[in-house]
Amino acid sequence: MKPFAYHQPAQIPDAAKLLTSIEDSKLVAGGMTLIPTIKQRLANPAALIDLSKLGNLKGITDDGATITIGAMTPHAVVAASPLVRTKLPGLSALASMIGDPAVRSRGTIGGSVANNDPAADYPAGVLGLGATIVTSTREIASGKFFLGLFETALEPGEIITAIRFPVPLKAGYAKFKAPASRYALVGVFVAKFADGVRVAVTGAGPGVFRVPPMEAALSENFDPTAVAAIKIDTDGLTSDIHAEADYRAHLVTVMAKRAVEAALS
Amino acid sequence: MSNVIGIGASPKRKEDQRFLTGRGNYVSDIKRPGLTAGVFVRSPHGHAILRGIDKSAALASPGVIAVLTGDDVKADGLGGLPCGWGISDAKGVPMKEPPFPMLAQGKVRFVGDMVAFVIAETPEQADTAAELLAVDYEVLPSVVGVLEAVRPGAPQLFDDVPNNICCDWELGDKAAVEAAFKKAAHVAKLSLVNNRLIGNPMEPRAAIAEYEPGTDRFTLWTTSQFPHVVRFLMGALVLNIPQHKLRVVAPDVGGGFGVKQFHYGEEAVITWAAKRVKRPIKWVASRSEGYVSDRHGRDHVTEAELALDETGKFLAFRVNTLANMGGYLSTFGPNIPTNLYAPLLGGVYTTPAIYCNVKVVFTNTVPVDAYRGAGRPEATFVLERMVDVAASEMGIDRVEIRRRNMIPKEAYPYQTPVLVQYDSGDPMGCLDGALVAADVKNFGIRKAASASKGKFRGLGYSTYVEACGLAPSRFAGRLGARGGLYESATVRVHPTGQVTVMIGTHNHGQGHETTFAQIVSEKLGVAFENVDIVFGDTDRVQFGMGTYGSRSLVVGGAALSKATDKVIAKGKKIAAHLLEAAEVDIQFEAGKFAVAGTDRVKSFEEIAGAAYVPHNYPLEVLEPGLEEQAYYDPVNFTYPGGCHIAEVEVDPETGTVTLVNYTAVDDVGTVINPMIVEGQLHGGIVQGVGQALFENAVYDEGSGQLLSGSLMDYCMPRADHMPMMKVATHSTLCTHTPMGVKGCGEVGTIGSPAAVINAVVDALSHLGVTHVDMPATPNRIWRLLQNASLPVAAE
Repeated sequence: MKPFAYHQPAQIPDAAKLLTSIEDSKLVAGGMTLIPTIKQRLANPAALIDLSKLGNLKGITDDGATITIGAMTPHAVVAASPLVRTKLPGLSALASMIGDPAVRSRGTIGGSVANNDPAADYPAGVLGLGATIVTSTREIASGKFFLGLFETALEPGEIITAIRFPVPLKAGYAKFKAPASRYALVGVFVAKFADGVRVAVTGAGPGVFRVPPMEAALSENFDPTAVAAIKIDTDGLTSDIHAEADYRAHLVTVMAKRAVEAALS
Repeated sequence: MSNVIGIGASPKRKEDQRFLTGRGNYVSDIKRPGLTAGVFVRSPHGHAILRGIDKSAALASPGVIAVLTGDDVKADGLGGLPCGWGISDAKGVPMKEPPFPMLAQGKVRFVGDMVAFVIAETPEQADTAAELLAVDYEVLPSVVGVLEAVRPGAPQLFDDVPNNICCDWELGDKAAVEAAFKKAAHVAKLSLVNNRLIGNPMEPRAAIAEYEPGTDRFTLWTTSQFPHVVRFLMGALVLNIPQHKLRVVAPDVGGGFGVKQFHYGEEAVITWAAKRVKRPIKWVASRSEGYVSDRHGRDHVTEAELALDETGKFLAFRVNTLANMGGYLSTFGPNIPTNLYAPLLGGVYTTPAIYCNVKVVFTNTVPVDAYRGAGRPEATFVLERMVDVAASEMGIDRVEIRRRNMIPKEAYPYQTPVLVQYDSGDPMGCLDGALVAADVKNFGIRKAASASKGKFRGLGYSTYVEACGLAPSRFAGRLGARGGLYESATVRVHPTGQVTVMIGTHNHGQGHETTFAQIVSEKLGVAFENVDIVFGDTDRVQFGMGTYGSRSLVVGGAALSKATDKVIAKGKKIAAHLLEAAEVDIQFEAGKFAVAGTDRVKSFEEIAGAAYVPHNYPLEVLEPGLEEQAYYDPVNFTYPGGCHIAEVEVDPETGTVTLVNYTAVDDVGTVINPMIVEGQLHGGIVQGVGQALFENAVYDEGSGQLLSGSLMDYCMPRADHMPMMKVATHSTLCTHTPMGVKGCGEVGTIGSPAAVINAVVDALSHLGVTHVDMPATPNRIWRLLQNASLPVAAE
């Protein structure tokens, strides 16, 4: 670890100002990815801007049609929330499968979404539910937010403040954990709305993506059998020491099926 | 005496008082005045010529005290790291033994090879300076796999080691085996890989070194399983420090598994550097650093053939193995895949002829050495897989073929055709016990229940034996050991009757402080809490070979038992004097010296008091004091063994293997503390399951990069991977150790991989699957099922 300056602003504009004015500064939310990276000297920020003292970034609110989760809400809080369990059951399950108890206690939804790790769970839930990313300056639809490997639509100085989820009719998440890291080797989020079904996949490729053929099939018939025969093209999928691309493609189908089963259970 | 806790009891572990209350004393807890921080600069390349190192930027970095390289080592005329075993080929030609410099000279040979040592005021300053060290590498192609390394044209690690072959070693009667194969009714063949493993003890390696100019003495605190051996190897063979001027301390150590039983270059470099900078230095490895520098384990590629007669009796066994040594020879490296491997290929069977050839091969990988089980899990895996393959091919039940070939209990002692003579054992008894404990007769019902959920269930057996309690020195010497393998213990009885034991083994999780105290409590009749065990400090403990190879109780416990007997013998002399009786009439029992047939008695405390206040004492014929020492050199290895039965369920949709039941019935000889033995078996089994299902050290051929270099990519077994295990002992007593003990530290790791893989193959056998390589990962199983081309994809 190299020395760095540490700031703990109280207001979002102050945080944004620090972020744009200090070169090589980084926001830290739960720090579950950033801190280990700094310890290994893979990241050497000049300053850390800690978001933990900003007001109104924690908590879960219900306005009927949508559920809004503050960016600094830890995974464990999301997993334990009766409101989320009732209205966004797939997301509740997803949060409970992230990392281990320590990670779930510290890691935050905003941090995870902003980091956009290609094997993280939340991007599947956010894209699968068609959520809106609320930032310090605007609102971004999930379909326009995730731009591939660790890339997002966030502008310099822009800070995620909340994620707003539309309430689906049904939703489910199925995750095949990478044996060592327990990140998603493949994770599939399925959400049924009045106007159709959304299917989002994490872990399989360089970033979260939707599967239109599965969405079409499930919109016709929201049942595991509807996706069981739909195969995913292996092009662009990840191949590594844990799983080859064709195995990942196969798992997308299996996990999609299991996500629908979870949504129906 | 009150509160004697002896052999067979399960008191809570003495050492847990400090461990569970956060009061352990590990190397990284130790603080010294004026302490500096050291970091090693390691090669990022698998294979490269070291063209030059420019220290200037690193030296100019804030807080830097020194930067040392291989050239500095060379300038000081210091030796390389010694190998503790020298093996030879069939013609008696010694193995190739290239130098292993403590900092790389001329070339680097694996990712993690040490290039420089940077010393600074703080760890952060040392890290920064290390980043600034300019090392000029000319990168060469790496070779990481044994098959690739021996191919013509492969990159050569050493100019004088053609084809990277360190030694072409063999054991057994080749001609007899060939003759037996000619008359065989059936020959079963198997090719397999024994996957490379990384030990991952919870505490990473660490060291502190200090030089005291006033006494010209060095002290090294190190995470070692054998401080006296480090003192000898490093002092006598690397740094030329006289033994009396070097203290090596291995305080509390957080797990070893073999990883910490070698003399590492880091120990030598930091000790040498401490005198150069005249300040104490601390180095603590990160987990990532451990991955590329802790010695790895296993890594064999093997072809095996078993010849059988028409009834399924084994006639001969032939095994050809390529064993990976990594980039250099580590302390025990060449011994593991040879002397600790081939002699186990007889297993618990009466196979009359066995031949094994092992080519020991250098590659651009971390040096490979002993890891829990060390050679014996590899041998057991080959043999127990082979037995299943033969049974399947000949249509004989897997249990039945084992019974037909098993050494009967009454045939012990049993001489195998591969050097070792088993003193005792009852493999059939272990098998019978395990069959009942595992409820094998109802397996069909469980298999049908799994099938109804779309899962494949399989059962796997491993009836195995191992050789531990290392080792008879003379025998080991003939095999190439360059040191003795005895153990020593001192029993110091204090004037008030309490006891301190100084023993040469090292406790790093095994519970020695409890087990050894139970032995003393039982034998001397003193209270369990009045016995303390001291280990891990060459200034406090007379001598020792340390802890590895399941030797601590077998060899160290025997030394302790002998020393305790000497205390009793001297106590009898004192008692005879005090009780005015003949020595032969003194009996010692339950902490009391008594004149046989009378009520004249002296307590153990009274005798201790008399020994240290010798007013009424036979000073003319007996020295005062009550402290005795013993060295014990074993007359044979010990041969624990048993039967493990694994039961797995395979999800054909994802390829996931779930271990659903595990049963072990082991013969470990006399059990001192059943709770500790059960813990050792649990831990050993989990490590074996780790090899079978999860763990794999993967290198990239060509670049030599370790692809599984962190806990994110190297899958350790976890609690949620395991079912509740059924563990029991079925003991026969060792005939040559003082207490009949055999050792239990490695049996779990030795017996389990074959049981698990045999179960996985059994689960998939209806699809034509005949072998599954370790680790049986979901991807690998799914691929096998794809190739079996059955309708098992998502329906």
